[in-house]
Amino acid sequence: MITLADQLLVLVLLINFVALGTSRLIFSIRAVAIQGVILGILPGLIHPFSWHLVGIISMILVTKGLVIPMLLNRAVRTAEIKREVEPYLGYVPTLLLGAVFTALSFGFAGKLPMLPEHQNYMFVPASMATLMTGFLILTTRRKAISQVLGYLVLENGIFIFGLLLAEAMPIMVEAGALLDLLVGTFVMGIVINHISREFSSLDTSRLTSLKEE
Amino acid sequence: MFSVLQGVCDPALVALVAALVIGCSGIPGLFLRMPGLGQLCATVTTILAALAGLPAALMLLFSSATSTYILSWGLPFGLCELTIDPLSAFFLIPVFLVAAAGSLFALGYWPAAEHPSTERGLTFFYGILASSMAILVTARNGVFFLMVWEIMALSAYFLLATEHEHEDVRRAGIVYLIATHTGSAALYVLFSLLASQSGSYLLPAAGSLSALPPAAMVIATAAFFGFGAKAGIMPFHIWLPSAHANAPSHVSAMMSGVMLKMGLYGIFRTLTFFHDPPLIWGAVLTVAGISSALLGIAFAVAQRDMKRLLACSSIENIGIITTGLGVAMLGISSQNAPLAYLGMAGALLHILNHSFFKPLLFLGSGVIIHATGTRNMNLMGGVAKGMPKVAFLFLIGSIAICGIPPLNGFVSEFLLYFGLFSQLQTSSLVYLVLLAPLLALVGGLAVVAFTKLYSSVFLGTSRSHGAVHPHEAGLTMLLPMALFALLCLLVGVMPQWALRLVAPAIASFMPLVSDIDQTNYVLILNRISMMTLILCAVAIAAALFWRWRLGYARVTKTSTWGCGYQRSSSRMQYGASSFSEMAVSVFNGIIRQKITRPALKGLFPEATTCDDKPSETLLERFVLPLCTVAGVSFTFLRRLQHGQMHVYMIYIFATLFVLMLWAH
Repeated sequence: MITLADQLLVLVLLINFVALGTSRLIFSIRAVAIQGVILGILPGLIHPFSWHLVGIISMILVTKGLVIPMLLNRAVRTAEIKREVEPYLGYVPTLLLGAVFTALSFGFAGKLPMLPEHQNYMFVPASMATLMTGFLILTTRRKAISQVLGYLVLENGIFIFGLLLAEAMPIMVEAGALLDLLVGTFVMGIVINHISREFSSLDTSRLTSLKEE
Repeated sequence: MFSVLQGVCDPALVALVAALVIGCSGIPGLFLRMPGLGQLCATVTTILAALAGLPAALMLLFSSATSTYILSWGLPFGLCELTIDPLSAFFLIPVFLVAAAGSLFALGYWPAAEHPSTERGLTFFYGILASSMAILVTARNGVFFLMVWEIMALSAYFLLATEHEHEDVRRAGIVYLIATHTGSAALYVLFSLLASQSGSYLLPAAGSLSALPPAAMVIATAAFFGFGAKAGIMPFHIWLPSAHANAPSHVSAMMSGVMLKMGLYGIFRTLTFFHDPPLIWGAVLTVAGISSALLGIAFAVAQRDMKRLLACSSIENIGIITTGLGVAMLGISSQNAPLAYLGMAGALLHILNHSFFKPLLFLGSGVIIHATGTRNMNLMGGVAKGMPKVAFLFLIGSIAICGIPPLNGFVSEFLLYFGLFSQLQTSSLVYLVLLAPLLALVGGLAVVAFTKLYSSVFLGTSRSHGAVHPHEAGLTMLLPMALFALLCLLVGVMPQWALRLVAPAIASFMPLVSDIDQTNYVLILNRISMMTLILCAVAIAAALFWRWRLGYARVTKTSTWGCGYQRSSSRMQYGASSFSEMAVSVFNGIIRQKITRPALKGLFPEATTCDDKPSETLLERFVLPLCTVAGVSFTFLRRLQHGQMHVYMIYIFATLFVLMLWAH
């Protein structure tokens, strides 16, 4: 089962690059949703069966796979923005940076003092790489919606790390993380609405006019 | 089943549950649609909880065993213990008392029907504030203490910013917020150092630390700064007058009567950790205390805003308490048990007393401001005619706060005087006697300040034309005031009982005084009790005689202070500012009252105005210029804050990256 998990993690890493390289907003929303779904399946592969686990997995699948993408899609529709990502940095440089960070995280993870049973798996490097990808999306994209996507990818990275740490995941932690995500998305949704109403665009670089003099 | 019953009967648990219930009392009001129902519900809950909590606190004060509860909080800061020892129990008494009284007062003072937009928040945060203070004194884990401390500080901010549509209120709120967080910063230092000294975040047991290592000095300084900022000891008092003046009156009562005491509780608690405090700690506390007392009351004399005057007088009272504590520490350091006992008894008793008469005065001021629509004493006058009961209760509070015999303020100050004079017979700390005249000066100035307040507000005739005819306050407002007045009288008449209330708290503080012979002091207090009883009897007899005479004589109603003029007008009276002008001029270097006087020309000068404004010397002369300088010299840092979100993200990213590299 663990080898399957590793293969899924490779898929997650590939999706990172998709999210970095695509120019279409809708497509990157879908990519991140698929990433969430894969990550939702992962705990089922590495932990023994229990109804509690089933509950968690189904909740993750519903939230990350359905609810959040729907909210984001609706935001794109109602805000009537251009369907393009509009990055500060071009797609090729971001992709290259993403590759560099992924390599770095593999190097870093190799040096970490880990338990012997975790050493051969990809959980830690994948988590680091996803986290960095999230940061990269956050820093290089102009639109508020891309920022939400960045947060989602970042959270996914943290989630992979959590998979490793929690032997049997306490339901409170899981529920807390999910709630966090959902509330975060809601808040960003509200912020997006307000930004678009106030500046009649979703360009976060306009936010500089809010700066206190 | 038996263990459950035992648990229910445990007074510590009752007190903790009561505190939690008070904290939750405002929650139903947030969801109930009908205005007023939530407030009523909160008041009833708070009073019931306080009725359970007060006896529990008293039982804990006198019981020898302390029970400890452990909160399973799942945070990596060690055990979270909640313990109520006599010192905690002593501070619980004012918390429960003032919370219940203020909550009842709010029903009449801030009714939901008149303030639909602010009442819910006010009720909610009022409960949170009271609850956090009650839990604060039980907290024995440094991190938990800081959490509750922050909850207390923030809920007080939301309470004081209730009327945030006014510029003054917002400004007061900002000053308060900055002051309290500067203090909190010092507390972070304090608790980290304590943890490094004792090895865990649990607060050290009494007398378990030595004051010899240099870290102890830093701990003491951090505690003095952090807790002193909350208590309003003199250099850190800048937030206090405006915050108290701008809050709703029952909130001011709570802040002045209880929240300032939490700062003092912190200082008390920190001092218990050390078994060998050096002489310098006591000396610093004494000097800071007596200067707060003197300057605080001098500021109070100069005020024209009624609530600011009361707030400045809080600084004075905190100063007196700190002086008592400092004297007690001097006594402990020099192995002088009577001095330590008397200083500590004076300080603790004054804490209790101040939490009786200051809420009384603040609640009274709320009633008056409600009726007259102004806080400026120069515009009031003649209020006693409309509301004689309020005037009478306010008079009791004023007499008590001045430390005049039949009431409670006298007792605590007497103990302090007694302690100072007791040093005449010993050889070591003779210079402490010099504090006595300073304390007497403070008392004298307090009389000036409160004569000014009482005479300009209650006596004479109304000075402003727009003032509505004040009418007697409702029962919900009078009842809490009457309760406090009764307590003032009780402590004044039965000081030996009050001393018994204080004794366990002192004993928990230091083993040195537990073997002292207290009967001597009890005997003296018995004599005082006799005297005050006689005084009360004489006063009552005189009042009855007066009534009896009035029954015979013909009573004519006329304007007060007619001075023999045929057509006297209210403008002929002494105003509040003119009353205190001479007393203020003595402190000219410190206070700087700005009086703009018109130049009068000719025999029939034209109508003109005169205005006075007392300045906040420390705030306006030192702190604000310092802030301006800091703001200018750190402009280069402002460039980091440019408003571009993604660059902020890069900051975080870069930090993370550096930390990761560092790990190797």
